[in-house]
Amino acid sequence: MKWFSLKKREEIPAKKAWLIRIVAVVLSVLCAGLVILLLGFHPFVTFGEIIKGALGSKIRLTQTVLKAVPLTITTLGIIIAFKMKFWNIGGEGQIMMGALAASVVALNFPDMPRGLLLLCMGIAAVIGGGLWAFIPAFFKAKMGTNETIFTLMLNYLAIKFVTYLQYGPWRDPGSKGFPKVADFTQNAVLPNVFGLHIGWIIALLLTVAIFLFMNYTKKGYEVSVVGESIDTARYAGMNIQSIIITAMLISGGLCGLTGMIQASAIEKTLTYSLSAGMGFTAIITAWLSRLNALASLFVCIAFAVLLQGGAYIQISMQIPAAVADMIQGILLFFVLSSEFFLQYKVSFHFKKAKGVA
Amino acid sequence: MEGFLAAAVIAGTPLLFATVGELITEKAGNLNLGVEGLMVMGAVIGFLVGYRTGSPVLACLGALAAGSVGSLIFAVLTVSLRVNQVVTGLTLTIFGQGFASFVGSSVMGAVLPYSIKEFFQVIAIPGLSSIPFIGPIFFKQDIFVYFGYVVVVATSIYLYKTKKGLNLRSVGESAASADASGIPVNLYKYVHIIIGGALCALGGAYLSLVTVPVWQENIIAGRGWIAVALVIFASWNPIKALVGSYLFGGLNILGFRLQSVGIHISQYLIDMLPYAATIFIVIISTRKNKKEDMPPADLSNPYFREER
Repeated sequence: MKWFSLKKREEIPAKKAWLIRIVAVVLSVLCAGLVILLLGFHPFVTFGEIIKGALGSKIRLTQTVLKAVPLTITTLGIIIAFKMKFWNIGGEGQIMMGALAASVVALNFPDMPRGLLLLCMGIAAVIGGGLWAFIPAFFKAKMGTNETIFTLMLNYLAIKFVTYLQYGPWRDPGSKGFPKVADFTQNAVLPNVFGLHIGWIIALLLTVAIFLFMNYTKKGYEVSVVGESIDTARYAGMNIQSIIITAMLISGGLCGLTGMIQASAIEKTLTYSLSAGMGFTAIITAWLSRLNALASLFVCIAFAVLLQGGAYIQISMQIPAAVADMIQGILLFFVLSSEFFLQYKVSFHFKKAKGVA
Repeated sequence: MEGFLAAAVIAGTPLLFATVGELITEKAGNLNLGVEGLMVMGAVIGFLVGYRTGSPVLACLGALAAGSVGSLIFAVLTVSLRVNQVVTGLTLTIFGQGFASFVGSSVMGAVLPYSIKEFFQVIAIPGLSSIPFIGPIFFKQDIFVYFGYVVVVATSIYLYKTKKGLNLRSVGESAASADASGIPVNLYKYVHIIIGGALCALGGAYLSLVTVPVWQENIIAGRGWIAVALVIFASWNPIKALVGSYLFGGLNILGFRLQSVGIHISQYLIDMLPYAATIFIVIISTRKNKKEDMPPADLSNPYFREER
């Protein structure tokens, strides 16, 4: 005899759903605190330092926003792919290829007028990232090739290739033996608006655009249908191959644009480390925001706090920044588990157990 | 040539453990994309235990424990809570990497004690090692490599010659029919996910204990993902997994070999080879249509009895 039974929920009131999610987040914070405690640090002090490090001063706040910008744009790209149940874990590679394409433009036409140069770099980046997503999308659409491993392997290819360029043919002879690509000219660097590079405006605009695209356009709707059920999509006469490819071009294009922004505004050149795990973090943020573009904005800001705070405690408390990665993982485990309680009703019966259906 | 092939076997051994581990997991109908995370958890715990105790056996047990705990999380989420397996696996990878770089930061760059190096030195198997060509490649290796052979043979026998193996395969093919015939589906899933995860972690430990006995964060370098691809390449067959793993081991070390015979191609370009080859394999395996080459039919479908 079982002491609990499960029933699939028909529908769940929005209030209750949010309550369950909030409980999940609270539990994950408690669990993360426990881990920190076990490792010999004070959890409250650690959490306090994370918040302080992310929001404590104007400079730190700026840093937090600068981390939120690329994460948001990448997350938008991942959302589109995941909505289609196309497991694009190639964000890293698409960011890299976008940065590479933008760098080709920036390094070859350093004297183009600033606005035009930046526009060309942006377009090149979208094409570069889009192309890197197109390859697995093409094989998925035509042959049903497993996209998870494909996109992931493309990450390694892109990163190794950029490393090769940085240490080989593109190495700047003027950098005194330090293996780096030549810096961009000032024309190839994104301008600042209110003390921050213009990327934050781009991120906000794109968030709204993708939200509208996913919820209010025919194409966006088709993407969700393909994700829900390929058979339904086929029955409705949708061109599945073209939907997969288009959606992935947008997904990869957004990641590519992230690469351009990071190369132009942050690194001011091409480096093999500029994607910094963002393609993977974006998977978490995309899922936490339940593949909703507007929600992703808030999730990404919260994550930027965690990332920036994690970097800060490394210096202030000598705790490795990886603790932030771990907290992310724990957070996601709990939120994923909470999905179960949204879908199923668990009833406990300890003494007079009724028959289980 | 013999030297190269023997080195390929060594380089392929971590892949072998991870591939067989993932294969067992997938036979239970669960796709665990957390192999990379499990490997790095095994690598860091194995290294830490080995570094502190100097005992190779404890180090391996530690790695197995780390893999079991990691895959237990996966099992709870995907089997009991029916969470999406792809996302859970990815999370496990992200968590594992964070865990490893956090836990490992205290031993960054540390070197393992001699007792471990000694334990994993080459032991030639009398008789077998004197077979020309084959002997030096397969039977003049360390104990870990031999254990890899044992795991492959044991897994094959278990899967195809025992009642439990048959039950396991039926769970992966159709959880509902297995349940109907009285097989405890969830128990099977739990046990095999955990065994599979422990093997993945052991593969990671091989890297940190034997291959590069110095702790470094990016020690796995995508091998977990290659293992996931190798399962497809091997058509869910442990013997083919062995061939695939050694083949990829060879690709991994090709760069050094080419340079030592005077062919100079950038190391970074050669490093791309195993990844490019993985893509190639994933593409060509899509074209398979023989029945025994297919994935378990119920792979990555959560099972809920009431929904039959």
